[in-house]
Amino acid sequence: MNPLQSIAGAVIVLPLLASALLFTVRRTEVSAWINIAVSAVVLGLACLLPWHLHVSTYLLVDRLSVHVVLLTAFIGLCSAWVSRDYIAVERDAERLDRRRAQQYFALFQALLGFVLFAVLSNNLGVTWVAMEAATIAGVLVVGLPRTEAAVEASWKYFMICGVGIALALFGTIVLYLAAQTVLGAGLPAMSWSELPAVAAKLHAPLLNLAFVFLVIGYGTKAGLAPLHAWMPDAHAEGPTPVSAVLASSILNVALTILLRLRDVVGRNAGAISPGSVLMLFGLLSLLMAGFSLWRRRDVKRFFSFSTIEQNGIVAFAFGLGGPVGTFAGLLHMTVHTLCKAAVFQCVGRATQLKGSQKFADMSGLIAGSRMLGLTLAAAIVAVAGMPPFGLFTSEFMMLAETAKRLPYALIPLGIGLLVGVWALLWRLITLCMGEPTPNPGPMPHWSALVPAWAQLAIAAVLGLAMPGAVYAWFAAIAAGVVS
Amino acid sequence: MDPRMGYGALGYDLAHLLGTATLVLSFVLLYQKRIDAVVNTYAAQAWVLAAAAFWQGWVQDSPHLYVTGLIALLAKGVAIPLALHNIVRRLRIGRSIESALGVFPSMALGMGMVALAILVVLPITLGAQVLTREDLAIALSVVLLGLLMMITRRTALTQVIAFMSMENGLILAAVGVAGMPLVVELSVAVLVLVAAIVFGEFFFRIRSQFDSLDISHLDRVGEAHR
Repeated sequence: MNPLQSIAGAVIVLPLLASALLFTVRRTEVSAWINIAVSAVVLGLACLLPWHLHVSTYLLVDRLSVHVVLLTAFIGLCSAWVSRDYIAVERDAERLDRRRAQQYFALFQALLGFVLFAVLSNNLGVTWVAMEAATIAGVLVVGLPRTEAAVEASWKYFMICGVGIALALFGTIVLYLAAQTVLGAGLPAMSWSELPAVAAKLHAPLLNLAFVFLVIGYGTKAGLAPLHAWMPDAHAEGPTPVSAVLASSILNVALTILLRLRDVVGRNAGAISPGSVLMLFGLLSLLMAGFSLWRRRDVKRFFSFSTIEQNGIVAFAFGLGGPVGTFAGLLHMTVHTLCKAAVFQCVGRATQLKGSQKFADMSGLIAGSRMLGLTLAAAIVAVAGMPPFGLFTSEFMMLAETAKRLPYALIPLGIGLLVGVWALLWRLITLCMGEPTPNPGPMPHWSALVPAWAQLAIAAVLGLAMPGAVYAWFAAIAAGVVS
Repeated sequence: MDPRMGYGALGYDLAHLLGTATLVLSFVLLYQKRIDAVVNTYAAQAWVLAAAAFWQGWVQDSPHLYVTGLIALLAKGVAIPLALHNIVRRLRIGRSIESALGVFPSMALGMGMVALAILVVLPITLGAQVLTREDLAIALSVVLLGLLMMITRRTALTQVIAFMSMENGLILAAVGVAGMPLVVELSVAVLVLVAAIVFGEFFFRIRSQFDSLDISHLDRVGEAHR
């Protein structure tokens, strides 16, 4: 195998090997450091990938996949860093025993490895396998706290995503059936890199059937309404740093797959318009989640609904398509991942500080712990799409593009955005300001907040002064998947 | 068209028969009330599926389908049913009667699903081989019946069986498409293996948490935490 391929291979294999190793490491502190070290090495290797783009039978290292790999690896490192403190506190409070802490770190790396595998694979079948494996790792890690609610959450996660992924497999089989008439039997007919080129020649009705099943399957993974029911539970009951990884990794990969599928189906003149389907799912998620935010009393549930809302926006932007829409969607996905990870990292420590995840028990964070409160406030402002953070830029681009091409869609889009932002700002006030509630848990050390600061700083740079090279990078990705 | 794959040819007829038998067993799963019987029906479906995979491997001359058949036979036809029987015996729920829908409503809904699958698949696969199209329609019916069973069943155990029967439909689709690379079969094998472990873990947990496999009382947890 040539050395270029082996870098991408190492990015996949390293976390999986580390996962196997971590299952055997008994000391929690050692596991935590191995987890951080491996995540750092994976990020380091991922940083080399933009200079080593290539396509082979098994791996697809194009700009889009490298972008998602970089993002996932970065969030992985940040969350690994936060996990060390988080798990130590959980161990002290005896909410996790040694064996479960051990499993936590092993499953963390397994989740990371399979997600990276799903992104980099050049084969629909392999992508499907990796997604399935990542889901199973996610299910197990969500169930780790072994509380009644966590068991229910992981059961729900498994059943809903299991059905979703099963339907995606049916879609994959149908897509192969369509592709093999042109590409011939064998691996090329399942290859992400070959499909767009021949998409125009495929039998359109078969392509439609495949697209419907694939959208339902991967839409479940992306948490798009009405297929989102697993997400709030999984985010609310699992260990919080994993919520950050879940929010970034599996959802982003699913969105990336939807973007690639949109490209494939969009190239076929006889097929349904894939953009409209994605826009419909996107608007539905945005509106459903925007209004649901108002009724949430649990902070982690609240932010997972906010994730559904933001994913809806990304799906809408991808559906809108064109260079500008795709650019806005990619930017939104990137910045939202950074900000939401920061939110979950802060919320994890805040719930430990307050000993509860109900809004009623969690007001006055700034008075209780100034640094944590202010960081969380900044992260919520960022997620709400306020300047100076990058979500403002991406939403602005998307709204401008919508106004130009689909003016009527602005009405539901605007309502959804406003309702969501309003709920976020209201909760910002009750959470961070107001009468401080008692702090039974340990105060977070400033070092636990460093990842959140780093993520927010990048989000601000992307919003205020995007470097020319980064702009060119985004534009090139968008150009690569516009049919 | 391949002469072995038309009406009246043995290759076609036998493949059709096996596919349809899988579908019939899906119907049996739908109304079966005793948990022991549900597990046995699932095992029978896995055997038929294995036979279908072997036959397709023979007709298409693709030996890797024998592997698929072997996996279906050993894992789904033997190992998983044995494990399920073991769980059922330990929990002493073998003879308990589960409230599924009545025979008539489940059959009627099932027929609706099959009609839906045929209406969706047959018109759009006109270009494909006869066998592939009809196999795909049958496979989609099995998938939809699995979904239906997941909705109508109440206990975790029967829902899991419904889920696995749905996967049988997926494999039926995969073996029916000529020349599908090994990837899918391997993936499904991995999935079944890991899923069995996950399910085992789940049963253990649900048992230790609630002393029962009935998931209906799991619903109230979500309500309390909104």
